[in-house]
Amino acid sequence: MNGFPRGKTAITGAATFGIGRNLGLSSMDIAVNASIRALRDAGITPGDVDALFICLPDNFLSGLTFAEYLGIQPKITENNRTGGSAFLTHLQSACLALDAGLCDVALIAYGSNQLSGAGKLVTPSGADPYEGPYRPRLPVSAYALAAARHMHEYGTTPEQLAEVAVSARQWANLNPDAHMQGDLTVDDVLQARRVSTPLGVRDCCLVTDGGAAIVVTRADRAKDHASKPAYVLGAAAATFHHNISQMPDLTITAASESGPQAFAQAGVGPKDIDVVELYDAFTINPVLFMEDLGFCAKGEGGAFFSNGHTAPGGAQPVNTNGGGLSCVHPGMYGLFTLVEAVQQITGVAGARQVEGAKLALAHGSGGYLSSQVTAILGAGETV
Amino acid sequence: MTEELSGIRPEQEYRAHLAEGRFMLLRSRSSGRCMFYPRVAEPVTGNTDLEWVAALGRGTVYSTTAIGQRPPTPSYNVALIDLEEGPRMMSRVEGLAAEDVLIGMAVQARVADEDGTPIVVFDPA
Repeated sequence: MNGFPRGKTAITGAATFGIGRNLGLSSMDIAVNASIRALRDAGITPGDVDALFICLPDNFLSGLTFAEYLGIQPKITENNRTGGSAFLTHLQSACLALDAGLCDVALIAYGSNQLSGAGKLVTPSGADPYEGPYRPRLPVSAYALAAARHMHEYGTTPEQLAEVAVSARQWANLNPDAHMQGDLTVDDVLQARRVSTPLGVRDCCLVTDGGAAIVVTRADRAKDHASKPAYVLGAAAATFHHNISQMPDLTITAASESGPQAFAQAGVGPKDIDVVELYDAFTINPVLFMEDLGFCAKGEGGAFFSNGHTAPGGAQPVNTNGGGLSCVHPGMYGLFTLVEAVQQITGVAGARQVEGAKLALAHGSGGYLSSQVTAILGAGETV
Repeated sequence: MTEELSGIRPEQEYRAHLAEGRFMLLRSRSSGRCMFYPRVAEPVTGNTDLEWVAALGRGTVYSTTAIGQRPPTPSYNVALIDLEEGPRMMSRVEGLAAEDVLIGMAVQARVADEDGTPIVVFDPA
């Protein structure tokens, strides 16, 4: 028994809204627009929702505000904040609650107007008293320290990190919703201004607005919903630390625990996965995650992204929407990994569709490589 | 069972020591381990038999980054330092260009004044 109700729940609606800039909309308005789209995709209305999972950048009681806004009277209101991974944590909890019969229809929602509102990352965490005096440029510097250590231990190169950004851009060029499009070369990434060495500005995610939402139900009800279900085969979480100075080993994230657990739940392995959607806040993230999730050996993550291996037409498609690096990054990107995974395995991804994608891995990261949550989704025939 | 909590006021006492020029670490008497940052109980064990001990001040650069600023202002260093006692802390290495700080470099702690606040920084050993 691995503790997860494999295939017993499914995502029946998934949508994004407002990728880019949305003058005049609050983060809540953006989350609601995304939710209305996701609910319509599922063929239901807000009145059908009885469990609400939400995390907004600027509202600590957003579970209450959101429910009031849409006239939902939830049996479960979850406002868990594990950073950008929160929404995958929400999915794990939603699946367990649905399977236990505590609720019937769960809505997971997110929205942020950080570009049109603040113009920079909005974070509710204040400066740490033991790190703040040294003025790390957070979050970038935390990831820069991890990248520097990975380079030191494994010989990972700036060129390999640049390949991560180039691969993301090539996918973004196939996605009409992506915020950043156009040619991007390894040289462009290497020549860009250094923010916190070894990371430059093109190694960093975008600052955009955007919202996302998904609807989750039990598999027996999923058939009544409008769209094709994406079954949840596994969802597992692990956390080692919060601040980067407390991370036990800067080259090994807690994905090394969440990944194998999620694979064991799903009964599949890395070789079975058709599309991988990772939280790529910085170019070092996908390198670490592909290693920790078992797609390659520790230290080989840099080489994994070379020669178009993860780009359109490559053997292992990664971040097929363009990721946080080139598609959308409103502050907490996690839910977008799930939406893209659903769109790929339900075959609605348009020009960026990976042919015959049946199994997807979505991975969220929160804090400073701190909270790691892995979900595995599958089309009907994989259950 | 008696409830014997540590009575430590971590940040306040840490800063009071620094203000007098002392870099101190909290150590659990029973485990013998030092911690950083200071807390009211030892992580994992929950030990509360804590005492302040003078840090040796010797460390090794575990990782490092140079943070760019608008030219001509030079970039500045932020580093993670592994202390000889075991814990790791964020700090910076002074006395050389931010980009010249290298992983593995031996460093020595010093209490410096940062705009009127005492902080621990490191120099090449």
